Amino acid sequence: MNSIGETCNELKQQYDSCFHTWFSEKFLKGDTSDNTCSNLFKMYQQCVKKAMKEQHIEFKEIETNYLETEKEKKHS
Amino acid sequence: MVKYYENITIFHFDWSQVVRGFFQRYPNPHSSHVLTEDTISREVKNGKLYSKRLLTKTNRLPKWGERFISKNVVKIVEESIVDPEAKTLTTYTKNLGYTKVMSIVEKVVYQVSDENPEWTIAKRSAWIDSQVFGFSRAIQAFGLDRFKKNCTKMSEGFNYVLTNMFPHTAQFINPKLSQMSFSMQAGHSTMDDNVTTKSSLAEDLQHSLQGKAEKVKDAAKKATDLAKQKARPIYAACQPNQS
Repeated sequence: MNSIGETCNELKQQYDSCFHTWFSEKFLKGDTSDNTCSNLFKMYQQCVKKAMKEQHIEFKEIETNYLETEKEKKHS
Repeated sequence: MVKYYENITIFHFDWSQVVRGFFQRYPNPHSSHVLTEDTISREVKNGKLYSKRLLTKTNRLPKWGERFISKNVVKIVEESIVDPEAKTLTTYTKNLGYTKVMSIVEKVVYQVSDENPEWTIAKRSAWIDSQVFGFSRAIQAFGLDRFKKNCTKMSEGFNYVLTNMFPHTAQFINPKLSQMSFSMQAGHSTMDDNVTTKSSLAEDLQHSLQGKAEKVKDAAKKATDLAKQKARPIYAACQPNQS
């Protein structure tokens, strides 16, 4: 799947494949330390954040958490 | 008023297969409307994995919708929490921008099926809202209809990905599937491949919306007829040579 930043595709692929392996082989098997892919993630993030800025995407709206907060919608 | 919708999907794959598939479900043959996918944040807290992803999707609109939304790409933020102890995956998705025109919030909880530990049940809740004066009902109805179609696409796409990732499981479920379709004939649920969907509530909603739409149509037709009647003499008066 493509990244929002065209130049980030390769970094995204490297990170994604690292993540999927970590998620299946470590996390789901009980090893929850999450530093395996952190370097790849940092490089990928730098690229994506830059691309988001160029496309005028509001960080604030994205940074808000909803799950497990009062903002989360509940069916009454 | 916010429209609420819920349904249940059963995946014939176990929970860990479904959560692995969740993060890899794009692209698939049913996701041509999904353009990009990026992870924005990810961390492990108290043994749970918190992720946030930014998705962009094309948003094909009916002609009348173009007056409210000019751009046809929507941005969607997807929060998710994987709890490997409780075996739950909770996702929370909402659109960014245009939220006054239409906001769709969707929450899905994936957990092990009570019926069969090898299956996963997805409980979906959605809230559809619009604050455009005079058009909110029409927009909500459109949004709900679009959402339901996308739910089917999403399940089909997800199943496609899972079948590819875990061909052995997919093969194994075939005999069960034929049994299921037999029991389905006697029951009253609908079945689509290896997805079972329960949406009676949504259908009721849809019926009431259709009824309202018919009434609006009638009123519009009456108004048009009236306008035509009134317009005829004016038209004639302006074109004296052609009468």
